[in-house]
Amino acid sequence: MDKKKKRLYMRAAILAVLAGLVIYALYTNVTKESRGALEAGDKAPDFVLTDLKGETHQLSDYEGKGVFLNFWGTWCEPCKEEMPHMEKLANEYEGQVEILAVNVGESDFQVNNFAKQYGLTFPIAIDSGKEVMDTYGVDPLPTTFMIKPDGTIDQIVIGGLIQEEQVRALFERVKPSS
Amino acid sequence: MGKVKCECGHVNPNGTILCESCGRALTEKAKQEKFVDMRYEGSARRSQTYNKTIIDKVWNFFSSVKVGIWIIVLLLVAASFGTILPQEFYIPSNMPAEMYYEDVYGQFGKIYYMIGFHDLYNSVWFSALVAALGVSLVIASLDRVVPLYRALKNQRVDRHESFMKKQRLFAEQEGTLQASEIEKIKVKLAKKRYKVRMENGALLAEKNRFTRWGPYVNHVGLIIFLLGALLRSVPGMYIDELLWIREGETLQVPGTDGAYYVKNNEFTLENYEEGEDPEVFDEAIDRVGTVAKNYQTDAILYRDENNELPGAEPELTEVQAKSIQVNQPMKFDQFAVYQTSFRQDEMKAMHFALTNKETGEEFGEIVVDLFDQQESYDLGSGYKVELRGYYPDFDGFSESGEPVSKSPLPNNPAFLFNMITPETPDGEMSFAQIRNTMEPLGETEYKMAFKNLETRDVSALTIRKDLTLPILAVGGIVFMIGVIQGSYWNHRRLWIREKEGRIYVAGHTNKNWHGLKREIHSVLNGTAIPEPEDRQKD
Repeated sequence: MDKKKKRLYMRAAILAVLAGLVIYALYTNVTKESRGALEAGDKAPDFVLTDLKGETHQLSDYEGKGVFLNFWGTWCEPCKEEMPHMEKLANEYEGQVEILAVNVGESDFQVNNFAKQYGLTFPIAIDSGKEVMDTYGVDPLPTTFMIKPDGTIDQIVIGGLIQEEQVRALFERVKPSS
Repeated sequence: MGKVKCECGHVNPNGTILCESCGRALTEKAKQEKFVDMRYEGSARRSQTYNKTIIDKVWNFFSSVKVGIWIIVLLLVAASFGTILPQEFYIPSNMPAEMYYEDVYGQFGKIYYMIGFHDLYNSVWFSALVAALGVSLVIASLDRVVPLYRALKNQRVDRHESFMKKQRLFAEQEGTLQASEIEKIKVKLAKKRYKVRMENGALLAEKNRFTRWGPYVNHVGLIIFLLGALLRSVPGMYIDELLWIREGETLQVPGTDGAYYVKNNEFTLENYEEGEDPEVFDEAIDRVGTVAKNYQTDAILYRDENNELPGAEPELTEVQAKSIQVNQPMKFDQFAVYQTSFRQDEMKAMHFALTNKETGEEFGEIVVDLFDQQESYDLGSGYKVELRGYYPDFDGFSESGEPVSKSPLPNNPAFLFNMITPETPDGEMSFAQIRNTMEPLGETEYKMAFKNLETRDVSALTIRKDLTLPILAVGGIVFMIGVIQGSYWNHRRLWIREKEGRIYVAGHTNKNWHGLKREIHSVLNGTAIPEPEDRQKD
């Protein structure tokens, strides 16, 4: 090959490698914050939690059904607003879409008291070590993960669901097509 | 543009100034100069040659030492801006950065935050500058080391006399070289560790050529160092997490994916007592009040044997117990756990006494754990207290009259108690805080009187893992090898040749000319070969 051409290719190759490294460095730097965060379309990480009644719930057992995975705390005002809608629709969609409400590590008393006060019958579990919360990268409360029957995340909703219709629309999206 | 063929027959790359082989000047400029420029042996710096395509232009930009120095200056100036105010990473976490800077540092702080200097070292433009420095290092080095290597490898023993005449150390004289003298100086040169080559009756003695690679080895070290820094952002290579852990708590060690748990048995803060070591500490104690002696967390590390799924009940087996002190981390796997910070006297439990308001008589005391409450507390003989509500961070009442907690942290705990006594079997409601009780549902005979507060300390541990350290160490070592290699030896050469009845002698070194002169003197002393003179007086 012509030497001049060879040199050009050589330079191009070296510059390409360097550019690749630089782009990688900048990319990882920019995405450092959001790395590992779940997105719609991802597989929902499996977990196991024990609810207030002592029953264990493993996410993978729900395959074939939609899951409304809700992270909440007793002090959180919007959580209080959406709970009644959740309670109503949990009954309506029984067997199709299951609610799993994960409290972010408060005391048994607080969670039981809350459940009693709002008359909640769907499974509520306390994530005392905040392991599930960390796995799902939950920060503001409430955060809801809508999980499709195939176990992938359909949508991540941050903030309270004030209208019953909002909750219903979410349920409709993940209910198994029969 | 093509190759440059020298009169001696050697074909040089385009742009060559001095023939790689015989040393003849190839450019008009070099022919007119008094001394030849030996910095890169007159070789063709590649960037100087082609400048046509965009690739060549980028290459040429980064190969310039001038550009490289500008990048370093910019980096230094930029990095210094980040030290004016504390970086975001170090400010207290109880306040958002955008408020913190304005609150604490006023208008200047606000501007500082707006420009983005609060997180300068993670900013894209700062990373880009560091990256530009890396690219400049690679390209500038390649652009010089390749031609220099070629020139030194191809150099001939019998250099053209025009090359020798333009060396700083030079002498010429009528005469012929005697074989016996040549043999004598060869021995002397060999003793001084010169490598001597003879060709066509000419002699070249050379030593320490490797020192010329010093700067490039040094650059390789720097590049390894930068690559190590780059690897920090690769998942799993670098972990730096903070864990706030209360006394008695067992928590997952962040960064270990739930494989490890740590328990804080006790946090201790010790101060120096006055008189304990009067000469060293008394003056300081007088001045500032307290001088800390020890920050310590007595920690136990556990491995979780049931870590398949998040949320699964951990099965803990003890791995090690250690008193973590400042600079005495607990180490396991590739992790180190450091004592970082603490908060003393966080509320843990509250004591209340069921008290008859009128008589002041107490019917027993209950202890409410702020992290694990009971539904009811039986005091015996018909006295019982039921907990109806717990508001860890009480913040007034909502519109519907419900008590509101603004966070899950027990900063301002409040309780709604139902007091059952033989006289009031249906119960009376009392809303109790630390120094205050209320009767939200009407006048009561009894009250829950606050008696006592249990507190505990919270310790902050830093969990760190850094797999890039060995790479940074290698980079640093290579860097130093380069510095030493380039600094402590000199590349010295001596040329001697006879042509048409004249003897030519020339010497060159990349530094320390005095040393070379002395060496040549001791070699040539007592021979008929003239000693080269230094023609550049400094």
